Amino acid sequence: MSSTSNLQRVLSAGHFAVTGEVGPPTGADAQALKAKADILRGCCDAYNVTDNQTAVVRMSSIAASAILLAEGLEPVMQMVCRDRNRIAIQSDILGAAALGIRNCLCLSGDHQSFGAAGKLHGHPGAKNVYDIDSVQLLSIIRDLRDKSLQQGGDSVTVAPDMLIGAAWTPLGDPIDFRVIRLAKKVAAGAQFIQTQSIFEVSRFAEQMKLVRNEGLHEKVAILAGIIVPKSAGMLRYMNKNVAGVTVPDELIERMDQASDRKEEGLKVTVELIEQVKAIEGVRGVHIQAIEAEHLIPEIVKRADLLPRPASGEAS
Amino acid sequence: MIVAQAKDINEIADKLTNYEKILVAGCATCVAECMAGGEKEVAITASALRMALRLRGCQAQVAEVTADRQCEWELIEEIAPQVEAADVVVSLACGVGVACMWDRFEPKPIIPGVNTVFLGHREKPGLWLERCAACGDCTIDRTAGICPIARCAKSLQNGPCGGSTDGKCEIDPELDCAWHLIIERLKAMNQLDTLRENTPPRDWSTSRDGGPRRVVVEDVEE
Repeated sequence: MSSTSNLQRVLSAGHFAVTGEVGPPTGADAQALKAKADILRGCCDAYNVTDNQTAVVRMSSIAASAILLAEGLEPVMQMVCRDRNRIAIQSDILGAAALGIRNCLCLSGDHQSFGAAGKLHGHPGAKNVYDIDSVQLLSIIRDLRDKSLQQGGDSVTVAPDMLIGAAWTPLGDPIDFRVIRLAKKVAAGAQFIQTQSIFEVSRFAEQMKLVRNEGLHEKVAILAGIIVPKSAGMLRYMNKNVAGVTVPDELIERMDQASDRKEEGLKVTVELIEQVKAIEGVRGVHIQAIEAEHLIPEIVKRADLLPRPASGEAS
Repeated sequence: MIVAQAKDINEIADKLTNYEKILVAGCATCVAECMAGGEKEVAITASALRMALRLRGCQAQVAEVTADRQCEWELIEEIAPQVEAADVVVSLACGVGVACMWDRFEPKPIIPGVNTVFLGHREKPGLWLERCAACGDCTIDRTAGICPIARCAKSLQNGPCGGSTDGKCEIDPELDCAWHLIIERLKAMNQLDTLRENTPPRDWSTSRDGGPRRVVVEDVEE
């Protein structure tokens, strides 16, 4: 088992990184994860494992990450502040590191009222925790790792080896604060960033210019978020309902008029990857194909991002 | 002030079907200000209860009284004769008032007639807003008078999550994003950069997480 993060090696070697996403099943179903692992193996450097995303109960990100690891895929374990206080979080970080998990993405978490955007019941009556926020979570894991110190001041016997990352919504409101918000996460210890999905590349490029002005692109590896469009309806829904995401009308129209929507979605995705790759300071992509993970290998191939640097070779 | 909201009359009436002498007791301070439990609401609640109980086949008498406050022993004492004469009291005071009434009149049942919802103020006629979470360690000056613990749905300490759109919170299009308000105010004051400093994890032991709280002022303690 590798003792260092493969994602970290790929980034340090200067490769353009590729991460994907694996949503854990809504059941105690290891087989579902193994099936996804078989589809995705070899096409990304690491795979995000969501933590009860949209506030719907799924297999825990720590367990699902361990299953992926056993399948030979490197997980990026997501951890949200909604469900755990600092005691539980630090305990889970130690456990995850002991299991060989080497990447953690620190998030605030979707509010419990979400319930899969109304598609499921969820648990809107749940009590949220928010003992700490995502910026504080970053600093807590950094101090566990670098100082062997818990947040309360006690020491840990073996520090967790963990690459830590954060999310960034570059085009979210209030827009004037977004680069400052990124700077706060970098100051708290973020080593990589995965952005909210980008459809307006030129506006994202403007934000990246501000990022470069602050020199943040040299302190943190920014991976641009790419969502694979499946239909015009999906894009309209995202445009209307997902905070921080605006989809240009031309793109919606293009998907609307496509005779082969799947093919058009793949083309759009590859174009978006090429466009964000050209922006200075973008050091990788985070590709999400929601409920369509099987498309990722083809996308990565068409974007000419294969083969991925083999584990252990990059350094 | 403490802001409360009337309970559904059926929820209260269902608890009263076995009593003959019912007292609806109002409180003339906070809950009167927020139109949930003052003298006027006592009259409305009492007449609604009379109807609701008649529909349930009950012949109970419903009396009315309003204390200046149900959270001070001297003022509770002023309504003691009416309380003593009743089998049960529906208190329209906040939870503090209901608890004090239990302490004074135990074992007489005191049933809450309102839900105590938050510490806040009247933003405009008909709208009350939560402003303070009583966390026990006030740092509201850092966020220009807008408390993110009370007003952000996630009580975030270091700026808005990705769910802020056009100044509104993604959990409710009617809800202002607290961080949007903070950022706009600090921008107008040319002090946005003060938010660059990271706020460390909070010590919640001063809040309810530290257990029930006490305030002792030594000079006056008996």
